[in-house]
Amino acid sequence: MPIPNTKFFNALGVSLTLLSAALAHAASKVEDTMAQRMQACTGCHGPQGRAASDGYYPRIAGKPAGYLYNQLVSFRDGRRHYALMTNLLAPLTDDYLREIAAHFASLDVPYPPPQPATTSVDLLTRGETLVLRGDAARKIPACVQCHGAALMGVAPAIPAIVGMPRDYLNAQLGAWRTGSRHANAPDCMAQVAQALAPGDISALSQWLAAQPVAAGAKPAAALPDPLPMPCGGMAPTGSKP
Amino acid sequence: MKRALIRIALVLLGLGLIGIASVRWLNERGEESVTSASVSSVASTPALVARGAYLARAGNCMGCHTVQGSAAYAGGRGVPTPFGTIYAPNLTPDDATGLGAWSQAEFWRALHNGRARDGRLLYPAFPYPNYTRITRDDSDAIHAYLRSLPPVVQANKPHELPFPFDQQAALAVWRALYFRAAEPAEPSTREADAARGAEWQRGAYLVEGLGHCNACHASRNALGATRNTLDLAGGLIPVQNWYAPSLTSANEASVAGWDTGHVVALMRTGISARGSVSGPMREVVAGSTQHLTEPDLRAMALYLKALPQTAAEVAPARAMPSPSPDSPGGKLYEQNCVQCHGEQGEGVAGAYPALAGSRAVTMPVTVNLAHMVLEGGFPPATAGNPRPYGMPPFATVLSDVEVAQLLSHLRASWGNHAAPVSALDVARSRGVR
Repeated sequence: MPIPNTKFFNALGVSLTLLSAALAHAASKVEDTMAQRMQACTGCHGPQGRAASDGYYPRIAGKPAGYLYNQLVSFRDGRRHYALMTNLLAPLTDDYLREIAAHFASLDVPYPPPQPATTSVDLLTRGETLVLRGDAARKIPACVQCHGAALMGVAPAIPAIVGMPRDYLNAQLGAWRTGSRHANAPDCMAQVAQALAPGDISALSQWLAAQPVAAGAKPAAALPDPLPMPCGGMAPTGSKP
Repeated sequence: MKRALIRIALVLLGLGLIGIASVRWLNERGEESVTSASVSSVASTPALVARGAYLARAGNCMGCHTVQGSAAYAGGRGVPTPFGTIYAPNLTPDDATGLGAWSQAEFWRALHNGRARDGRLLYPAFPYPNYTRITRDDSDAIHAYLRSLPPVVQANKPHELPFPFDQQAALAVWRALYFRAAEPAEPSTREADAARGAEWQRGAYLVEGLGHCNACHASRNALGATRNTLDLAGGLIPVQNWYAPSLTSANEASVAGWDTGHVVALMRTGISARGSVSGPMREVVAGSTQHLTEPDLRAMALYLKALPQTAAEVAPARAMPSPSPDSPGGKLYEQNCVQCHGEQGEGVAGAYPALAGSRAVTMPVTVNLAHMVLEGGFPPATAGNPRPYGMPPFATVLSDVEVAQLLSHLRASWGNHAAPVSALDVARSRGVR
């Protein structure tokens, strides 16, 4: 074989090696973005924080930034308890938590289909009644009074309660009721949950998880009426120097 | 017969009294009388307060004396120990519940001799075996700073210690055995040290004294005592179950071979070209070392680089499982890790640590590795690295067996030659927080 050809194949080989190295590098390219930094979150909360409805972990994409920030601070500072969350957030500053909250709040990704209810019509009706009208006799406000008519939450600090896994809703209402989840005082959600009976919690989570979320649904800009009770979580908090 | 018994009783009584007297003497030797020095001699000035604030950072006082999310320096954080939980007291200048009534001399005596204002002996979870090396001037500055804080009314939580650890007498015996106050003529009276220059001495003062590095980076005996403040040969942090690696071993966390700049970067930002901090060290960087000046960080780096090195253990030749991408560990790496840590475990500078050649991966003690995979984490957010990249927790995704396979793969790949990890090792790290 003539020498030039060997040179040619050698050169080709080298360029192919370089090309494949470049491709491999491109495939695992690490970007200087929040999405890349937040890989620590999306392992559990799903790609872009869009957790499916059949798991436990809540969706965080598109939730109001103030709400997300308050939750991050609460996990870090011990008002909410989940060891894996606390460990992740422990070394982070208020500024970075604010940026993380804003990042997930800004993501506009489709909602998963609702979870079909697995309970009796009676219980679902009870859930629907509590959500839309509350129970004045037991001093339980309707969910829609605070979480908005569409239940998609209200900017900046009230979360959506549709589009969430049933197991997560059950666990959170239970945690509010037993006092293991807290918000800043006055802790309105704790007061509401403590007025609920265990059967109410199941009725609420069954009905809420079964509601479809309209495409492009967003948190409301404001509530038509004042909140039915004082709530400490409305103003963003922070503490880390 | 009766007389003999009486004689034995008298001898025992005498020995007991001698024992008590020596414990008492060992506890009080070298202690200045506070009454004679109680009058505040140094007037508080803004400059003194600022210096005190800086020194309180160097000593990471907040690390224990502040509950995350609560008032600064108001105490209440529990320090878990194998003997029970010690609650850090309120350091704000409230008269009734804090240090409001403490004079400079009383504060100095707490740091230097481990004795409270009312004469009680303090538990060494408060690292006075290190703080005893702090100079009187620095003690007065920290005192001035603490007095400048807004007073917070918060009663101290009683320690949760079972008998006999809740007894002052037990503490007195411990102190007689293991604590000796430093000579006041610090920073260094050791002749050999005096020749090593001012920068080294400053480093020694910060590492051995205020920084109390050996509170974690040294092993403790059955009674919770470290050998001395020079020992930085690594230790398992009780209860938290993280291993603070040896700063004198080339196989662990010695920085003798590092550029000074990398050591400084690690302490200032939490990450460096040679590795990043994890576990409890994240708190130390965020709360303490990131706030220190360049000259102080350089002095600490110089001191750490000059530590006498322990002889490197030559690993016995043993059959290593040859790493293969098709092994269970290799497949787990491909599925879960390769995106960030790379095909060759090379990592990404500034974002994801390299695993090839990483001592955090190959260290003989593997508890930290298991913690990192199970719990994930971010390096600390610091002024020098305000938006760190994070790693997800795998505790809910991988079983103990899978984590062990993965870690064994890391420890045997890309030139790493370390023994495999067992599922039992991983199980020991799970759920321990």
